[in-house]
Amino acid sequence: MSKPLIELSGVKKSFGPVDVLKGVDLKVYPGRVTALVGDNGAGKSTLIKGLAGVQWYDEGSVKFEGEEVSLTTPRISSALGVEVVYQDLALCENLDIVQNMFLGREELYQYTLDESAMEFAAAKALQSLSVRTVKSVRQKVSSLSGGQRQTVAIARSVLRDAKVVILDEPTAALGVAQTEQVLNLVRRLADKGIAVIMISHNLHDVFQVADDIAVLYLGTMVAQLETKKTNHNEIIGYITGLKTQKEKA
Amino acid sequence: MSDNITINTGHEGSALDQIKAYGSRLKSGEMGALPAIGALILLVALFASLSPYFLTPINFANLFTQAATLMMVASALVFVLMLGEIDLSAGVTAGTGMAIFVKMHLDGTPWLLALALAFAFALAVGWALGYFVAKIGVPSFVISLAFYLAFPGIMLLILGDGGILRLEVPEIKAIMNTNLPLWAGWLMLAVTLGLTLAMGLWDRSRRTRANLPTRPLSLLYMKVGAIAVIGGAGIAILNLPRSLIATNRIEGVPTVIPIALTILFIGTFILDRTKFGRYMYAVGGNPEAARRAGIKVAKIRISAFMICSVLAMISGIFNVSRIGNVESSAGRAIVLSGVAAAVVGGVSLFGGRGRLVHAAIGAFVIAIIDNGLGLLGMPAGFAYIITGLVLTVAATADALARRRSGGSLTRT
Repeated sequence: MSKPLIELSGVKKSFGPVDVLKGVDLKVYPGRVTALVGDNGAGKSTLIKGLAGVQWYDEGSVKFEGEEVSLTTPRISSALGVEVVYQDLALCENLDIVQNMFLGREELYQYTLDESAMEFAAAKALQSLSVRTVKSVRQKVSSLSGGQRQTVAIARSVLRDAKVVILDEPTAALGVAQTEQVLNLVRRLADKGIAVIMISHNLHDVFQVADDIAVLYLGTMVAQLETKKTNHNEIIGYITGLKTQKEKA
Repeated sequence: MSDNITINTGHEGSALDQIKAYGSRLKSGEMGALPAIGALILLVALFASLSPYFLTPINFANLFTQAATLMMVASALVFVLMLGEIDLSAGVTAGTGMAIFVKMHLDGTPWLLALALAFAFALAVGWALGYFVAKIGVPSFVISLAFYLAFPGIMLLILGDGGILRLEVPEIKAIMNTNLPLWAGWLMLAVTLGLTLAMGLWDRSRRTRANLPTRPLSLLYMKVGAIAVIGGAGIAILNLPRSLIATNRIEGVPTVIPIALTILFIGTFILDRTKFGRYMYAVGGNPEAARRAGIKVAKIRISAFMICSVLAMISGIFNVSRIGNVESSAGRAIVLSGVAAAVVGGVSLFGGRGRLVHAAIGAFVIAIIDNGLGLLGMPAGFAYIITGLVLTVAATADALARRRSGGSLTRT
């Protein structure tokens, strides 16, 4: 296996007396989907917020491409190529797909918006993910389905040359067909060489798309396993705390 | 990767396909200003058939001067409505600014300096409103209501016991009371056509260079042709002599029209083609998404209130030019008509949607109701009632269209 893109070791975070992360190790590889699973309150969100630079870790080391980094602001994370697609997607419904994909980093030509360059790049990014479900890149987001919106949000991270894309429950609230679409998209994202971290509660989705599964249990990383070498029952055992023995990944 | 894109961009197909696509957008609820344009045509037809005076050149010219002030207030409000905010004090801010302007001029200040001070006042008021809303978190309805209540008091103090001062600046009076020479009206049309064509061709060439599909040229020519026909007809009517007294010759496009058009053009350009404009829509659509995209939301909000106050001040200039004096109640009534005009024109009160041309069309609808009912000799009460009805219809149509489009435009 290639070298990990992100390597967390001994990461701790507490809020007052509550220890949310109690020394977490995690390795994320380029071109692979790492599913992050765990019950509510296991610390998944806290772990992710640290990577996004929204909320820094108290202790522990974060290595990015082998180098020690401190992710203290969202700007640092985003400069390293870490993009987070939050559950609420953060899209403006009144803007079209291109406008949303370039929001905050519009391209200019002679002081005015370079619409054609942005339209071209947005269409390219969608194409590179083999997206065929949108009618037009100039469609307003308000007219898109939940799966299509997820697609736009994910494509936005591709447009930003992300090296790591963190997806927060991308398939929650989606129907069967749309879930399938989004999972395929997640796969293609990894196939482009991007390291994907996917938070999910749905083990069916996890086993379908993930290469590695990392399980958090009450602030501890109880297992990081290759999907091929494990099964539903083992993962459920780790999630619920019935199995706690730490295995070597 | 190939150099061609295979995803549609909405620019594909023949002119007919484009028109069909427009039709399906309308059906899905993105109606824009179309209902207001429909209402406009309907009202013109109605009043033209009911009153022989409605389509006379003099009434036609009057309509423009009557609508200009309202149009400017509505345009000002578009900038705050678009963010889901409101500025109830836009009218009285303009009134107070004009009171400062007229009073200082009467006291001996050069008129340009006095006018500059009025605009400085507008900027300060807009900034203060924006600060209260964006930084402190006071609802814009409440803080602008506070300003609305306070400013007539300031006006009263400035204007003194009489509560009224006459405007003695011929340059300002000229805006509403003079007309362009006949040739200048045609020049104005030529410039408009030239700009429309040039911008259309420019966008086209940018798309071609980026390897993107382009709409058929015939559509652009149709647009330019439509402006030429409608604008040409309007200017031809305005260039007819329209004085009711034989010895006095009045003809030509009212001076206010090119001024208003220029402001509309600049405002639209900023909203459509600059980063700032894009951020305005983004903040109006989803402030949280805008914030996460790195947009300085508070700064955008404050700027919106400042632009609103400045455009309101221009409406104040139009108003004082038309009636020739400032009184302490100036600007109180017009702000709500301005909101009505914007909404009738298709601006959403929920934020995120609206264009200046919507405000302009809405203002014309309301001005025509006023003007037409006046010509028919109806009591003034009717104008208010019908304006209210039109607003109800517009708001209902908007709500129904929004429901059909499925997009919830509620604020998040």
